[in-house]
Amino acid sequence: MLIKTQSNILSSEITDKAVFESRREFIKAATVLSAGIMLPGQGHAETGKYANVPVGPYSAKLQVTDRNDVAGYTNYYEFSTNKQDSTVLAKALKTKPWSVEVVGEVEKPGVYNLEDILKDNPVQERIYRFRCVEAWSMVVPWIGFPLGDMLKRFNPTSKAKFVEFTTLYNPEVMVGQRSDVLGWPYVEGLRIDEAMHPLTMMVTGMYGDDLPNQNGAPLRLIVPWKYGFKSIKAIVKIRFLETMPETAWHRSAPNEYGFYANVNPEVPHPRWSQSRERVLGGSIFTAKRDTEKFNGYGAEVAALYSGMDLSKYF
Amino acid sequence: MLLGKRDWAAVKIIVFLLSLLPFLLLVNDGINGRLGANPIETLHFGFGDWALRFLCITLALTPIKTITGQSKLMRFRRMMGLFAFFYASLHLLVFVVLDLSLSLDAFKDEAPKSPYILMGLLTYLLLIPLAITSTKKMQKKLGRRWIKLHKLVYVAGLTALVHYFWLVKADYTEPLIYAGVIGVLLAIRIVLYCRRTANLLFYFKRG
Repeated sequence: MLIKTQSNILSSEITDKAVFESRREFIKAATVLSAGIMLPGQGHAETGKYANVPVGPYSAKLQVTDRNDVAGYTNYYEFSTNKQDSTVLAKALKTKPWSVEVVGEVEKPGVYNLEDILKDNPVQERIYRFRCVEAWSMVVPWIGFPLGDMLKRFNPTSKAKFVEFTTLYNPEVMVGQRSDVLGWPYVEGLRIDEAMHPLTMMVTGMYGDDLPNQNGAPLRLIVPWKYGFKSIKAIVKIRFLETMPETAWHRSAPNEYGFYANVNPEVPHPRWSQSRERVLGGSIFTAKRDTEKFNGYGAEVAALYSGMDLSKYF
Repeated sequence: MLLGKRDWAAVKIIVFLLSLLPFLLLVNDGINGRLGANPIETLHFGFGDWALRFLCITLALTPIKTITGQSKLMRFRRMMGLFAFFYASLHLLVFVVLDLSLSLDAFKDEAPKSPYILMGLLTYLLLIPLAITSTKKMQKKLGRRWIKLHKLVYVAGLTALVHYFWLVKADYTEPLIYAGVIGVLLAIRIVLYCRRTANLLFYFKRG
């Protein structure tokens, strides 16, 4: 009978203590690595508040951008025009309690608590490309729900042709609002068919957790086929109206930023090309990516604009 | 305090190393992955900012000398000017090699659509002859024409400002600060020039 004594175990077979103790880090790293080759139907994040929420339709199977890049590089002029400073300054914002005022051409106007909105609208995860008008882009696993589902509950009237969104105005905390680089508060808008489109999302989280403040907590819009500035942050008011609303960037420079702001490589910004985009997270020697019309969502949304001259309605 | 020849050599080395510091810090950040979410932009803007700052320093030396009478400052004018050119070259290099990935197609698409790119290129073209003729030898060879040629640095300062203004999206704070600095420096020169001309006229009338 062969009795295996301890001396039979080679010291090289024993996992180093430090390595053994770092196994969780290893698993975490492996999780991050496998994120890009996830199976459908499985959420992106394995930890966090929204771990394993279902993956919604239209979620792209793309390599997601590092979370630190998404949370560390934000255009949030309410806090600062500097993309790094805004991430720090936004921490001062209190996002609880939060409510949204619903007004205009709607049968059920009122002030709705965010908690109640979230009870009615179960969240899902969708990985979308996000393309900024400044010609950079990233891929983000957003947590949220279709905007249309939420809007329908307010029973918009037949006069509701447009939807307008307004960001919180609070210059005490939102220190960028103390200077008038943009007219405050920030306002954005969508045509009702754009708002009801199943791709359009109301977002409360990313990477399996709540939205960081700098990314628009606690409630923001995501319209993946439009430039990032359409995807308004920290929404406090939704108004249904018959006429096209005036929006913040259009008000600031009407010849440069249109109401539609659909991603379109064929229509340059008056001061720069939109043909290519810098995808964040690559090596410094990675070439820019060719920008796709409607940010790659043409099959889903091009019909919304059939017959329209997109260089005129930019 | 009087500084000897050796002391001046030491001061020059210190100023040289200090001027190189922004470059070394950015390279160090790059090696350690601290350039943020958009490293190319960080390098591109970083080098551009320093090019403009050294251009401002170069433009400031003569007025400061005239006002304070510290003529020793002029010993650093060439070095400051060449550092402006150094950082402008890195700024352009990052644009061509990293941002455009050396793609001629990308350049042909982007440059005509971006007036600020054209203005940046023009600024660099203006700086090239100044860098080439910056040596003592060339200064001697060109004589009065050297002074005339190097007045181009004012034009470069102005085109650099326009380049900056044209690329900004909404917040003009930073380019306005540079415009203020360059504006004041230009104004001082104009005042000094007018005074000199007035003095000359005065002597001319008297004579």
